Amino acid sequence: MRAPAIEVRAVTRHFRQSTGLFTAARSVRAVDGVSFSVPTGSCFGIVGESGCGKSTLARLILGLHPPTGGEIVVEGQSLQAMDRRARARLIQPVFQDPFSSLNPRRRIRDIVGLPLAAQGTNPAQRDRQVDAMLERVGLSAEMGGRLPAQLSGGQRQRVAIARALVLRPRIVVCDEPTSALDVSVQAQILNLLAELRRDFGLTLVFISHNLAVVEHVCDEVAVMYLGRIVERAPTDTLFRAPAHPYTRALLASVLTPEPGLGIPDVGLGDSYPDPANIPPGCRFHPRCPIAEAGCSERDPSPRALDGREVACHLV
Amino acid sequence: MINFRLIAAVLGLVIVGVVAFCAVFAGWIVPHDPFVQNLDGRMIPPLFMEGGQAGHFLGTDQLGRDYFSRLILGARISLLIGVATVITSGLIGITLGLLGGFFGGRVDDVVMFAITCRLSIPLILVALTVVGLVGSSLTVVVLTLGLLLWDRFAVVARTTTMQVRNLDYVAAAWASGCSVTHIILKEVLPNIVHHLVVVATLEMALAILLEAALSFLGLGVPPPLPSWGLMIAEAKDYMFFTPWVIMVPGIALFVLVLGINFLGDALRDILGATRDA
Repeated sequence: MRAPAIEVRAVTRHFRQSTGLFTAARSVRAVDGVSFSVPTGSCFGIVGESGCGKSTLARLILGLHPPTGGEIVVEGQSLQAMDRRARARLIQPVFQDPFSSLNPRRRIRDIVGLPLAAQGTNPAQRDRQVDAMLERVGLSAEMGGRLPAQLSGGQRQRVAIARALVLRPRIVVCDEPTSALDVSVQAQILNLLAELRRDFGLTLVFISHNLAVVEHVCDEVAVMYLGRIVERAPTDTLFRAPAHPYTRALLASVLTPEPGLGIPDVGLGDSYPDPANIPPGCRFHPRCPIAEAGCSERDPSPRALDGREVACHLV
Repeated sequence: MINFRLIAAVLGLVIVGVVAFCAVFAGWIVPHDPFVQNLDGRMIPPLFMEGGQAGHFLGTDQLGRDYFSRLILGARISLLIGVATVITSGLIGITLGLLGGFFGGRVDDVVMFAITCRLSIPLILVALTVVGLVGSSLTVVVLTLGLLLWDRFAVVARTTTMQVRNLDYVAAAWASGCSVTHIILKEVLPNIVHHLVVVATLEMALAILLEAALSFLGLGVPPPLPSWGLMIAEAKDYMFFTPWVIMVPGIALFVLVLGINFLGDALRDILGATRDA
């Protein structure tokens, strides 16, 4: 067994949200006690609906937010104790929206070269490496002189990937890297990521709400609900036999391409989870189709079940 | 289809260009020495009015000084005050706004407190006090205005910084290992600068008008320097009999402020565009 690339140990992240002058500040528990480890070279998927804390988790792993509690260990070193340059050499992001992840006032060459510039690489060498990386992600070196506004969405995401890889990091965190793109471009970007992952020996953390994409790309998947991981399993196990009722509902919510079937009813009701007001006991119980009386009292802790980890009393 | 924006931009550029040219080359283009009095030739009307004289295009003032020459030299004073005030207040306001908007929390509280304090200070009263204490001079006017007009810079820099600091390219810069200084100066500032240019032009126009107001009250540029506001002040005693003495500097002031505002709008359009034309 290889040493894990990332180890997330009981990490929490709370945000204080002041609602007014005379009301007490609320604490939003965006990530609330999450633990997992990602083996070197694998692809770890995180899925869940909007507001479940998956993007916050991505930012925690990138070191952009300090965790409120717990610890993140990357390649054997604590992320928080790491120097910003050392962290940049190890772990890099690809964000969701390539229209906001590229500085509109900089030329492509400077955007891709920024991580190198921060490391103090000299300009001539920087330009050589940038040109090579642009060609590696399927762009031409002369695009380096352009501004982001002159590129299409797919080209911009390639630029973002080039920027993430130019330092040859060990880990890349992709936060919904395809959801802002046209369907025709999504596959190209996913194939590029898969190819680069193989060639550079990358460990990927892949965050998405698109289950089909996760199934296609990831080795292991964690399902998040209101700041917790409710189920974590190898991809084929999870998609073949989902254990947690939330995972089952999530898989059932995928629209079928067959016309006339309408929107599937997943039996979760219309209520929307609020991370500032987490229900007692199992946090999923108000929407759970199989909840029992005890579910609103006891908080289930994750337990192993046929090669997976589930946080539910009833499975 | 008439492009009004283009017309306004060209008009603004021409007006500010002409005034700037006058300001810089005033010494070469004035037809007469603007300080030389000729008490025999007082209140000669402009050339285009009845009784105008060929040597004095805009006539002479109450002391017989050539009005056109004084107007040209006055352009230098007005622009000097406008530019110097905007540089001083811009430095203060943009620094405060960037810090408050970027760091938020306690830093932002301090910046907001400073802005509120500044907004509660009545400008004319402060100017009155300062002039009363140290006497009036060009430097005093510039410093008074510069140290007091930074609030709009701070407010605009702060709100625009708050919008930009949460964008993904700032997060990407953090993840790239960039320093805080680099992120503020290279990632945030270039993306708010087009808003600040508009503020700069508004503030410049405001500073020029305030200088005119201060000079009118006798708190600004001391005579015999020909500031446009001072010219208006000196002309007010004669305006019922010779209205052109107050109209000439008044129109000049109006046209310059209009031109600066046109230019500001045009600059915002140009700098705000993220695509090469």
